[in-house]
Amino acid sequence: MSISGTTERPVAGGRLRFGDGWAGYGFLAPWLVGFFLLTLGPAIASFYLSLTDYSGLGAANWVGAENYVRIATDDPRFWTAMNVTFTFVLLSVPLKLIFALAVAVALNRGLAGLSFFRAIFYLPSLVGGSVAVAVLWRQVFAGDGLLNQALNALFGFEGPSWISNPSTSLYTLILLAVWQFGSSMIIFLAGLRQIPQDMYEAASIDGAGKARQFFRITLPLLTPVIFFNAVILTIDAFKAFTSAFVISDGTGGPIDSTLFYTLYLYQEAFTNFRFGYASALAWVLVLIIAFFTAMSFLTARFWVHYDD
Amino acid sequence: MTTLALNRIKKSFGNLDIIRGVDLAIGSGEFVVFVGPSGCGKSTLLRMIAGLEPISGGELSIGGERMNERAASERGIAMVFQSYALYPHMSVYKNMSFGLETAKMPKPEIDKRVRKAADILQITHLLERKPKQLSGGQRQRVAIGRAIVRDPKIFLFDEPLSNLDAELRVQTRVEIAKLHRDIGATMIYVTHDQVEAMTLADRIVVLRAGVIEQHGTPLEIYNRPANRFVAGFIGSPKMNFLDVVASDVRDGGVAIDIAGKRARLPIEGHVAEGAKLSLGLRPEHIGTEGTGGLELGALTVVHVEHLGGQTIVYGRLVDGQSLTVALDGQRAISAGSTLAVRIAAENCHLFDEAGDRIGH
Repeated sequence: MSISGTTERPVAGGRLRFGDGWAGYGFLAPWLVGFFLLTLGPAIASFYLSLTDYSGLGAANWVGAENYVRIATDDPRFWTAMNVTFTFVLLSVPLKLIFALAVAVALNRGLAGLSFFRAIFYLPSLVGGSVAVAVLWRQVFAGDGLLNQALNALFGFEGPSWISNPSTSLYTLILLAVWQFGSSMIIFLAGLRQIPQDMYEAASIDGAGKARQFFRITLPLLTPVIFFNAVILTIDAFKAFTSAFVISDGTGGPIDSTLFYTLYLYQEAFTNFRFGYASALAWVLVLIIAFFTAMSFLTARFWVHYDD
Repeated sequence: MTTLALNRIKKSFGNLDIIRGVDLAIGSGEFVVFVGPSGCGKSTLLRMIAGLEPISGGELSIGGERMNERAASERGIAMVFQSYALYPHMSVYKNMSFGLETAKMPKPEIDKRVRKAADILQITHLLERKPKQLSGGQRQRVAIGRAIVRDPKIFLFDEPLSNLDAELRVQTRVEIAKLHRDIGATMIYVTHDQVEAMTLADRIVVLRAGVIEQHGTPLEIYNRPANRFVAGFIGSPKMNFLDVVASDVRDGGVAIDIAGKRARLPIEGHVAEGAKLSLGLRPEHIGTEGTGGLELGALTVVHVEHLGGQTIVYGRLVDGQSLTVALDGQRAISAGSTLAVRIAAENCHLFDEAGDRIGH
């Protein structure tokens, strides 16, 4: 098939001659170059490196599965990072979902100035992932930060330094993540708009109050959107990096309490120059994310309702 | 016994009046059809009765009780929506039982009601299915079933057949009529289809621009339309209207000139000499044979539709006014030919300049 001037369409099973479609590949070229050079190539390279002792300089010596064996049997910081990351994922994702849905439902009531509030609530999602906000966050939750100044002024309460206390530091990061609920909220809002109004009218004739309508009509009909948001947020949460890096100055401290998986991976690669080992860590994370995503899709048929 | 009474019912959105003072009493077991063109307010009126739309003025009572402020679920009504509005994530059974569960009815009673309704509608084999696995007609039945289980005082139907194909529409129409006979409930039915209105209704309410133009049995409305609007809206093909001038007004009658001939028609009330009138003639009442009645002169045929059982002829009279004629059976008539047409005097409708009926 050529692009120029013919309306003929390739018949199923018909033979394509070599050279057909070059124009198409030409248009695809920017994406193809990007995919092969910047995505697939490095992915394959990192898998190869994960089987070596590459240090960033010099030769990469083949060590077989040794890096993976060490991750599984002889690396306490790996387990610390797993612990921190899973705590972060299991708390931030549900909280973010609930918060985003609650705000979306409130905004969907059709109150005046909807577009204004929608923009305001979306703002943290635009700026929240940035270094600047993480820096600001550090100022808010530091020992003499804004939060403690406010607590002191209001209640005379001398707060601890939330970010330098190992038992609270992770929760400030979870809070920062939940604050960035905007994009999920926008998707929820779109989902709520999709639910036909007459469904609620039928339910109100059936005597269902607002709460029953929400739990029996809105939530079930929103499950495809909840599912989508949950998967995206879970993947994002496993990959969270910037906020922990900025707030802990790249250490994952205090005493590894904010050692996100990706932060540990970064330290191994760029502080300890163990690129081979870091590559192995990266592939373990890929497997973890793949496992959780697969589980989500497998369980979806039991709780996600797709209309038609 | 009056089941539903509307007393000076009004609805406005801001400055816009949608329903402008409607009075209506509907008796127990009556099948009433609201009919009118798009935007006449018929659906809004139904939704006000249902409790889905607040009432701006007047009083709505059901079973003698004021209902203006009562929630939809407390009015003793059930509604079948145009879109069916079935809950897509629930089985047919759950769709029908949802309202009863909400009302905390005992499980065995719910089961009894759902199965009885399913039996009436012959959907028992579908009870475990989801709405998306059903055809349009089956969804329609489930929507009706959801109304039946509530055992309402009044059934409300909002254009329930408009999403069905032509064949199914006729079939479902017959079933709704049968359902009404079988369960004897009061039903209010909204449609813009005058055939549905004629075939289903005990009483038709014709609405235009938020006002009742006329209400009465289908044949009353067909035989004695109160005004030009109703006359034109009910009946298919549409009634013809010819411009005529009143002359020689005397003895409860008026003379009109048509196709160069003078004819006298009886009237009620007074008409001024020289007033411009509309002569309403139903296409199916105009014929080509016989003698007597009004001679309409020669009709120049412009177009012919052969429907098999009927032949519809579109043409022009000598004075240029268009006229549609519906003749029984199959006629060998072709465009360009001329026909002599006539109509019996008792089938003539006269309307004054304002459109109100002045005929016999």
